Amino acid sequence: MSAVLAVDALAKSFGGVHAVDDVSFSLDKGEFLALIGPNGAGKTTCFNMLNGYLKPDGGSVKLNGRELIGLPPRRIWRLGVGRTFQITATFLSMTVRENVQMALISHHRRIYDLFSRATRLYVDEAMALLDLVSMSEQAERPCSELAYGDLKRLELAIALAHEPDLLLMDEPTAGMAPSERIALMALTAGIVEKRGVSVVFTEHDMDVVFAHAHRILVLNRGQLIAEGTGDQIRKNPLVQEVYLGGGSVFEGAGHA
Amino acid sequence: MGFYLAQLLTGLANASSLFLIASGLSIIFGVTRIVNFAHGSFYMVGAYLAYSLVTWLDGGILGFWFSIVLAALLVGVIGLVVELIILRRIYHAPELFQLVATFGVVLIVQDATLAIWGAEDLLGPRAPGLDSAVRILGEPIPEYDLALIAIGPAVLLAIWLVFHRTRWGVLVRAATQDREMVGALGVNQAWLFSATFILGSFLAGLGGALQIPREAVSLQMDLSIIGEAFVVTVIGGMGSVSGAFIAAVLISVLNAFAILIFPQISIVLPFVVMAVVLIVRPYGIFGRPGSEHGGTEDPDQPLRLLSGKGAMMLAAAVMALALSPVFVADFTMILLVDVMVATLFAVSLHFMMGVGGMVSFGHAAYFGVGAYAAAMAVKLLGLGMIPAMLLAPFGAALAALFFGWFCVRLSGVYLAMLTLAAAQILWGVTFQWQDVTGGDDGILGVWPAAWASSDRVYFYIAFALCIGGIWALRRAAHSPFGYVLRGVRDSRIRAEAIGVDTRFHQWMGFTVAGAFAGLAGVVFAFSKGSVFPDALGIAQSIDGLIMVLLGGIHALAGPILGAAAFVLIEDWVTRLDYWRVIFGGIILVIVLLAPDGIAGGVNRLMRLLRRDAA
Repeated sequence: MSAVLAVDALAKSFGGVHAVDDVSFSLDKGEFLALIGPNGAGKTTCFNMLNGYLKPDGGSVKLNGRELIGLPPRRIWRLGVGRTFQITATFLSMTVRENVQMALISHHRRIYDLFSRATRLYVDEAMALLDLVSMSEQAERPCSELAYGDLKRLELAIALAHEPDLLLMDEPTAGMAPSERIALMALTAGIVEKRGVSVVFTEHDMDVVFAHAHRILVLNRGQLIAEGTGDQIRKNPLVQEVYLGGGSVFEGAGHA
Repeated sequence: MGFYLAQLLTGLANASSLFLIASGLSIIFGVTRIVNFAHGSFYMVGAYLAYSLVTWLDGGILGFWFSIVLAALLVGVIGLVVELIILRRIYHAPELFQLVATFGVVLIVQDATLAIWGAEDLLGPRAPGLDSAVRILGEPIPEYDLALIAIGPAVLLAIWLVFHRTRWGVLVRAATQDREMVGALGVNQAWLFSATFILGSFLAGLGGALQIPREAVSLQMDLSIIGEAFVVTVIGGMGSVSGAFIAAVLISVLNAFAILIFPQISIVLPFVVMAVVLIVRPYGIFGRPGSEHGGTEDPDQPLRLLSGKGAMMLAAAVMALALSPVFVADFTMILLVDVMVATLFAVSLHFMMGVGGMVSFGHAAYFGVGAYAAAMAVKLLGLGMIPAMLLAPFGAALAALFFGWFCVRLSGVYLAMLTLAAAQILWGVTFQWQDVTGGDDGILGVWPAAWASSDRVYFYIAFALCIGGIWALRRAAHSPFGYVLRGVRDSRIRAEAIGVDTRFHQWMGFTVAGAFAGLAGVVFAFSKGSVFPDALGIAQSIDGLIMVLLGGIHALAGPILGAAAFVLIEDWVTRLDYWRVIFGGIILVIVLLAPDGIAGGVNRLMRLLRRDAA
């Protein structure tokens, strides 16, 4: 299998702090990759370099062989990278369906159309996407009325609108109730499998990580300290020491 | 050498007065997030009160300074009254509401001052003991100027001591950084805001009172100073007192020397400096990001396409308008043209503000450029009416393209201030550039072509252009372009994440709004037959803001209702004496009682009726 995403020697410092230090990894098609680490490990910094919000000091990020470093976020999106936010960002003055339609309008390069009626464009495609995340019943509701968990699902539909090869999800379950977390990630995993999208996500909830990730990368103080399947990560003594800290947390996570 | 020193000292004396008024404005903004248009009025009232007290007491050196301080204290009390009665109710409204409310106060204070002190300019007495000039390097320097040069830094020091050595001052600084946090810590915000308002008004009053030996006290003092005071506040960073001081010195000293080289520059110089500073430092010299936004707005409801019934009602209204020349008198037709011009102007402003989320304090710039472009196309290029009408909106679009490029780099109040600066620069240019724009005399004789000269024919030309323009803008608001513009307003980060070049999109939105404002200006120019610099003035911009607010900013129909109501009310009210009080009162009533405007009121009424019917 060819790598969808190839990250090589990515580095970023803030002042004297090496927030991300020589991180390299690759991602295959259809792979569900979790990026974990304690607070301040460099997950978010790493993420923001992948999606273009932050310019790295060095290294390379290639999507299907194409260099992404130096491109603004909107260009990276056009090349086929979707994303969801840690704190949801949606267009609150529009309906749920219109939110998805906006992504479709942009994908079809019609954002400078001054004449058509936006709300009538790509309705079927938008409804199909909402169906995918089980949100079609709420399609006509104003986005400002949605519950937080529904906003998260809406974001997923938006992120899938331009049929991305790669989906970046920054703490997709942050701020959700435990039962919702499992449901959202099960949904995501299902879609990933069906569509062959590759996903990189960061996550604090170990239940979610061990339940769904095909492979796990562990960051600590900006460095990649371990990589492997759930089992391998559980057994890795380095990870236990610097990240999971003590046996009790580790045991708990294993049984979940 | 002595000459340049004299020039420098004059500049520094001006800086002191400017600093006094700007520091008050900055402190008030910092804590309450209110862009206080009435600050100029406090300044003016300070001068009038000081004039009366000084002439009444007539008590030598001691009496003079006692009167000055007493006048400033009285202005502080007036500020407190304004805060308690009006502003306290709208702290959580968006900054636009507060701005318009304080503009209502400006109007009321203007008429109150007129009623108390009369329309004549009053020449104040000189300061006893400081009434002669000293010679420095051979140049005569007024002693009073030297006193002012000392007073500015002294006040700065006093404010610094209050802010750093008292508990109250610490709270003010904390609130300037994060007022939610200060509230969360259990500080009584109402009390803090009132006290801040007293201090700010006191400083404005002091600035005005100290002016009486230097300039005649007049009814124009309020609006003539407010533009410059805003500029100083923005350059220094809103909320920063030392920033205001540095900015005041920078502007006044630059001005003192610039007029030696190019005498006409004094009108535009502050705004040019502000534009340059904001581009280099988007939050002013000492400002910080995050210190810019007022209260948060509830998200808008999604746009709805017209229902069948709505479309029929709208068509009926447009038909009635189209047939009106058959029924109404000629002067009513002229009034209807005014209504249509104002409506297109308001709708274009709403497109930028409501749809695009970019509040403009200077939208009249593009209205005026459109009007002037049409007038100049006729007068200088010798074009006919139709070519001039087609060409002029592009002139406005070009101006919007140019200034918009700078403006969309900023957001919130800073963006609004930069639009104000752009409008003032354009206004200054038209005012000064006598040879091309006719300066204060304007351009006369811009009449429609012979075949269109009857009121009736011109009505239909105006009808076609204005209703066409309004329709196009409404269509644009519903189009993907308009939706994306609204998306950028809702969430810039999400818009960027679905592939939108947010800044470019806002720039284009700015330009579209400017072009249609220009179209309104074109129709205006030919209907009046002349153009004056007023067309680009602050008052015209504020009128637009009031129309949008009056109608309700959250609905596309808002600016249409608002503009119609505004022109009709204005037409009626301006025939009365003291119309400003009435107009200011109407503005305050709307802001305080119906913050969602006419459109919001109608919506609520409809909902009520529907519930009763159900």
